[in-house]
Amino acid sequence: MNYDLILGILNIVLISTTPLVFAGIGELVTEKSGVLNLGLEGLMLVGAVSGFISLVITGNYFYSFILSILSGAILSSIFAFFVLRLLTNQIATGLALTIFGIGLSAMLGKKFAGTPINGLSPYYLIIFSFILVFLINYILYKTKAGLIIRAVGENHHSAYALGYDVIKTRYLTIIFGGVMCSLAGFYISVCYAPMWQEGMTAGRGWIALALVVFATWKPWRLLVGAYIFGGVAIMQMNLQAFGVKLPGQFFNMMPYLATLMVLVFISSNKVRLKLNAPSSLTIPFIKD
Amino acid sequence: MIKIQKRNSSSSLIFYLSPIVAILLTLFFGSLIFLFLDLSPIESFKIFFIGPISNWYGLSELLVKASPLALIALGLSYCFKNNIYNIGAEGQLTMGALFGGGVGLFFYDSNSIFLLPTMILFGSIGGAFWASIPAILKTNFNTNEILSSLMLTYIALLILDYFVVGPWKDPTGYGLPKSRPFSDAGRLPVLVDGFRAHIGVYFTIIIAALSYFIFNKTLFGFKLRVTGFSSRASKYAGFRNDNLIIYTFLISGACAGLAGIFEVSGPIGQLYRDISPNYGFTAIIVAFLGRLNPIGIIISSLLIALTYLGAEDAQLFLKIPSAVGFVFQGLVLFFLLGADFLNKYRVLLK
Amino acid sequence: MKKQSLIIVVIAAIIVIGGAFFITNQNKLQDTAQDQKKIGFIYIGPPGDHGWTYMHDQGRQYMEKELGDAISTTYIENVPENADAVRSIRKLADSGHDLIFTTSFNYMDQTLEVAKEFPDVKFEHATGFQRTDNVSTYSARFYEGRTVIGHLAGKMTETNTIGYIVSFPIPEVIRGINAFYLAASKVNPDVKIKIIWVYSWYDPGKEADAANTLINQGADIIVQHTDSYAPCQAAEKAGVLAFGQASNQEAFCPNAHMTSIEDIWGPYYAARAKAVLDGTWSSEDTWQGFKDGMVEMSPYNEKLLSADLIAEAKAIEESIENGTLHSFEGPIYNQSGELMVAEGEVADDGMLAGMMFYVNGIDGEVPQ
Repeated sequence: MNYDLILGILNIVLISTTPLVFAGIGELVTEKSGVLNLGLEGLMLVGAVSGFISLVITGNYFYSFILSILSGAILSSIFAFFVLRLLTNQIATGLALTIFGIGLSAMLGKKFAGTPINGLSPYYLIIFSFILVFLINYILYKTKAGLIIRAVGENHHSAYALGYDVIKTRYLTIIFGGVMCSLAGFYISVCYAPMWQEGMTAGRGWIALALVVFATWKPWRLLVGAYIFGGVAIMQMNLQAFGVKLPGQFFNMMPYLATLMVLVFISSNKVRLKLNAPSSLTIPFIKD
Repeated sequence: MIKIQKRNSSSSLIFYLSPIVAILLTLFFGSLIFLFLDLSPIESFKIFFIGPISNWYGLSELLVKASPLALIALGLSYCFKNNIYNIGAEGQLTMGALFGGGVGLFFYDSNSIFLLPTMILFGSIGGAFWASIPAILKTNFNTNEILSSLMLTYIALLILDYFVVGPWKDPTGYGLPKSRPFSDAGRLPVLVDGFRAHIGVYFTIIIAALSYFIFNKTLFGFKLRVTGFSSRASKYAGFRNDNLIIYTFLISGACAGLAGIFEVSGPIGQLYRDISPNYGFTAIIVAFLGRLNPIGIIISSLLIALTYLGAEDAQLFLKIPSAVGFVFQGLVLFFLLGADFLNKYRVLLK
Repeated sequence: MKKQSLIIVVIAAIIVIGGAFFITNQNKLQDTAQDQKKIGFIYIGPPGDHGWTYMHDQGRQYMEKELGDAISTTYIENVPENADAVRSIRKLADSGHDLIFTTSFNYMDQTLEVAKEFPDVKFEHATGFQRTDNVSTYSARFYEGRTVIGHLAGKMTETNTIGYIVSFPIPEVIRGINAFYLAASKVNPDVKIKIIWVYSWYDPGKEADAANTLINQGADIIVQHTDSYAPCQAAEKAGVLAFGQASNQEAFCPNAHMTSIEDIWGPYYAARAKAVLDGTWSSEDTWQGFKDGMVEMSPYNEKLLSADLIAEAKAIEESIENGTLHSFEGPIYNQSGELMVAEGEVADDGMLAGMMFYVNGIDGEVPQ
């Protein structure tokens, strides 16, 4: 193996992993505050289509970026309204959001499918993804805001008793999660594979969901985990191209199997679990 | 100023009113969508909700679609009542299809009348087996079942993929990723000749009735309610939580497994990759819409199935893309979920 | 609680059964004109995919233009390849369609099932192999196009490494790889192909990753047998060459795109619809290539290919058309050196239809 080849592989891994980092870090913050949003795939698709459409219409990457994350913010605030105000079940609402997002993105993008565009270089957002993980890690563990988010996710009743606004905190983390998902979508449709096609995120939202657990809700581990997931996928392609015979299904199974094992590992010990998982995940907050 | 207050007892007026509110909202927003698409709302709603079931075949198809949804949702309601969020029904369905279908493929030339019952038995075992994994992980390692059951779903789908691409591929099928067809003895009988609705519908009805009985008349049902209400209370009462978790998981897995084997031995007749149009996930919504009540689940499964059929008809008769169907369905789900709020809370205007 | 549930059941039963009886058969679509034939299509994806479904939809539009008011067409898109497909196909049959095209291999059993119930409706199943009195099958000899691009790739490659991105290990795809390799190695015995299976017809991100991986491993030409134009875009970005799939992909990668293998369904669709109009339709197995225009090459890129090379490519098209050249001419050996097609013979359609082996010279194994 030569140096160029390895650098090339690393480059591909960087490009293909970044959407997982964005969607994963968003979901991580949402889950840290005790809300499970299963609508990632829908949010990503809507982000992808709004970014693509606005780029076709305005021809400006900045507007396209803004509109894309705006779409994620709007859609996720609907989710937030349902689970926080109407107290609907988070799992069912998240699944409904997925269905809605898949449909909405396909409907909006109908006229734009197959329009050629000039993709944006992925490197801006790749660099941003690293900065983002650093920032989120800092905010979560070194600032008051992070303390509130974690307190709300840990035990919302005591957080409320301490005077923190549970609902407002969760609104913000859900919207942040939505914005990050739409950013992942924007990256996919404008940078990674510059095009719009129905369902083009092809299940990456669900992998991001696994990733958050794999990372045990820690930003730095999420970054590492994302690169392990992405790296395994690219490695598998490289081995194939070198003519190594591989059981494809087994390789595709790896992220989920690994996540399951990590999940069992952290939860088997009470202390370890307490240090990692947000205790009030999926439990709605009702003021007594 | 709007004030929200928790209701002490659910009011029966609101109980009936809330779905009506949801339907009105759906009609309103649906009309906006149809007007936006230059379609007559009345005509469109007719095609969406009435057209699909305006003949016997349509009604039969409604059952074909609703039966697996109801069956899975019934199983899930045991878990959900117990505050155990098994969201891996899709994987349990897949394993049911794989186990039961495996029996069917192993005896592909059998004409025995025992073939189908064996397949059904193995189907439910397969589903229950797959559900037992998150259950055991939960009881022994305290592993979050939402996440473990979801991971197991993807693993199950890939295992099915492995079998239909590899060892179980039809040797006469030109190398395509499909198994050979089951023998006639391995096919689920239909209710009426010429229609696809199959005897799985009976199973669904029986299980619904049984669940109604279990939830309301047995100690097990009582335990479920108490544990779901508060796990501490159930400990005081001396109920063994772990056993309850295992049982509810096994029941819901077996139901999903049944739905899986019914799907492959019924309408499909062989194994291939995409056996389920996300029944396992949709059933989660069905269970919540039905408020974990067996009768409610039957009604909500019919309603959700109808939105699927309506979306198909809308493509054909209204010439609108399939995506509009999804959007519409998403709206219906949101409103139905949201309307439940009126049941639990009182909104006061001051 | 009990009372309430009972009331719900009664209400639901009244709505469902009563409503159904009341409106029974009211909603059936009436034929707009007596003689007009209705023709329906079942699509696996959206018509905007710029790949497989897009080309079928182009065929549908061509047919509409050719036959004008004599026919009307409908399609249902994104039909999953499971039990739901039966309902969609049946819906077309039941709503008065005279001819129905089901455009994906995996609709085979579903098509046969509905066809049995509607003996008067004609069915056409794309890429299938089972026929009945009212079910025809049709497919295109896409592999003929692969012979042309194989020749071009063999001539154009400088690194002697060609990257080949594929979906699933089925005969259609394996046949394409073999035809491509036979043509490429004929003009360039040193040529190597590197194959990546992405196990999806459609995942732009993965396809782009695969293309980049192959380019990184030294491929200077990217060939695809998947549906999105992401590989071609990736080639454009990396400055290497590529061939398109299903439709003309030049617009997406003008500086990489040498040519595409296009699926041209229009004339066939028009002919079959005409046969229904004339009452001459009968069940047939159609497998057409260059000769009948079911496969066409997109305009060769003159910026990339020399005039001589374009002439060679055109000559290959022509000799396949007039039968002097076949994509699979003996001697052809498999990887273990067994003679599969003897010298002076060509592979018969039976062998082509079930082709699940690599020809000698290709590295790696067919995934099982």
